[in-house]
Amino acid sequence: MKLLVTFSRKGGREPVIARTVKETGVLINVERAHIDSVAGEVLVDVPDSDSDLVCSKMREFGATVRILVDSVRRDEDECVDCGACISICPKDVFSFDDEWRLTLTEERCVLCGKCVPACPHHALSLMQ
Amino acid sequence: MNDKKYFMQKSIDLINTRIRDGNARVVTAEEMPAIVDELGEEGALHEVDVVTTGTFGAMCSSGAFFNFGHSDPPIRMERVWLNDVEAYAGVAAVDAYLGATQLSETKGDRYGGAHVLEDLVAGKTIELRAFSKGTDCYPRTTLKTEITLDDLNQAVMCNPRNAFQRYGAATNASSDRVMNTYMGSLLPNCGNVSFSGAGVLSPLANDPQLRVIGSGVPIFLCGAPGMVIGEGTQSSPASGFANLMVTGNMPGMTTDFLRAATFTGYGVSLYVGLGIPIPVVDLDVVRSTAVRDEDITTSIIDYGVPSRDRPVLRDVSYAELRSGSVEIGGEEVKTSSMSSFRKAREVAAALAGWVREGKMELFLPTRHLDTATRVHPLRETEHVPRVREIMQRSIPCIGEDEEIRTAARTLLKGETNHLPVLDADGRVVGIVTTYDISKAVVSPGSGKRVADIMTRRVIRTTPEEAVDIAARKLELNNISALPVVDDNGHIIGLLSAIDLGKLFGGRWSR
Repeated sequence: MKLLVTFSRKGGREPVIARTVKETGVLINVERAHIDSVAGEVLVDVPDSDSDLVCSKMREFGATVRILVDSVRRDEDECVDCGACISICPKDVFSFDDEWRLTLTEERCVLCGKCVPACPHHALSLMQ
Repeated sequence: MNDKKYFMQKSIDLINTRIRDGNARVVTAEEMPAIVDELGEEGALHEVDVVTTGTFGAMCSSGAFFNFGHSDPPIRMERVWLNDVEAYAGVAAVDAYLGATQLSETKGDRYGGAHVLEDLVAGKTIELRAFSKGTDCYPRTTLKTEITLDDLNQAVMCNPRNAFQRYGAATNASSDRVMNTYMGSLLPNCGNVSFSGAGVLSPLANDPQLRVIGSGVPIFLCGAPGMVIGEGTQSSPASGFANLMVTGNMPGMTTDFLRAATFTGYGVSLYVGLGIPIPVVDLDVVRSTAVRDEDITTSIIDYGVPSRDRPVLRDVSYAELRSGSVEIGGEEVKTSSMSSFRKAREVAAALAGWVREGKMELFLPTRHLDTATRVHPLRETEHVPRVREIMQRSIPCIGEDEEIRTAARTLLKGETNHLPVLDADGRVVGIVTTYDISKAVVSPGSGKRVADIMTRRVIRTTPEEAVDIAARKLELNNISALPVVDDNGHIIGLLSAIDLGKLFGGRWSR
């Protein structure tokens, strides 16, 4: 399950992820992270069965946690099935089926957004 | 293996008679190789009358002629805009040619000529603006109105070069940033390969000798019947890169086969669906239409090198490109197509439908294209300035083990802001600027030696690099000087933003 964890760094530099791993023993996979001087946003992947535990622990440490069900969206009217996105995606979300139709394995998406400007037809977007 | 006796040729009249009678055997170029395998070449000639091809990809060199009709009072349109995209109006009073890559003057690369073409075909209303200085016969000076495709006397698509036989595949081996090109995003360190073209379905790949594709041949263009005009601009059949100039009337076209696109950081282009029905008149046509993706090769080119003659990393077949990954230097690299194979199939299938239903008859070329044509580079008569001509040759440098204080002194003495850092062999290993030194003074904990504070990722140039390329490096990296190094990495000079000023004040000014 993908969790979007956001936290403020104004109150100090609490190592939210590290403490959560240490105290819960759940192995968290960091898919992408953006941290600047005032705030951080980290997208993590955790086993479904441990997500409640991880969520409550992170919230205890002051983070905001949102379960992420979204992935990149494709406008099927705009998409022409060229495949320009396929080699751009670091997570192999896009592939062709037997009919050379573009298919998405949405659960792999980490919403990095790299595919959005790479689509010549503006068919891809992130909803957040 | 086969006892039947077949004719070795089939006339175009016989093929057209069968089309009219509704019993022509039409297959797509994708189906043809297996048919030839099964029936043999003579069997395939006997069995198949028409092979349809198709491609759907970005074809920048596209556009359309319009005749708008005369207004009252009349105007001689000197300049014309369609939804703020300027069209070329130097063709009589109320005519213009709109190129697909022309950008909107208000929306930038989000909207361009290609979008106007798509909007017209979609039936949308377009704002037409025109300007004139006024003449005795055409007194009006400005005009603004709204038009749709139906309002135009003519809207004739005329594409100077479409349907290249094949395209070079692109990768980025030499630049350390993501490059935005007409071949899409190219990730650094050969992070991906981008290619274009329909391979087995590509019209010209099915007739590389240009025997049955030539002037006057009917085609499928964006969903409407069209025609080959002749040799496309920049066509180079002698090197395997033939292309076609084509035309078709826009009424009848559909947005299923005509789509505007934007390549981020590059600009606007038009995705064109184009198919050519190939009459199977003899064994040579059977052989050329039996081509497979495995047989069609192209080169993987390093777009990271900013010159016309970019290095070829390896040759590759369309079968490998379409497999999803290719090997470069022992590593698997993912591939992306810029053109749509599914759409190419749709073009070939729609065209096959037209021929089966008797909607399109076939013709041999009224004039053959020259297979010996080869594209030449531009003849340049103006001198292209090189870095060596404007760089500073005697520049202060510093060793990586020197103290920061020494670096500061050297900068002051040399009245410069950039100090290349050299190793014991005189190779550039870093650069130190006055900014780095100021930073070191403010936070003294960062170290005492030059090596502790220098920037190690140095953007460099070479003496023979064109000044334009070096200037672009400065701009893209937001820096103001580049060390100039020879082939061995030894420093031979420095090019700073100030040196660029020499180009304007000195001998290159006009």
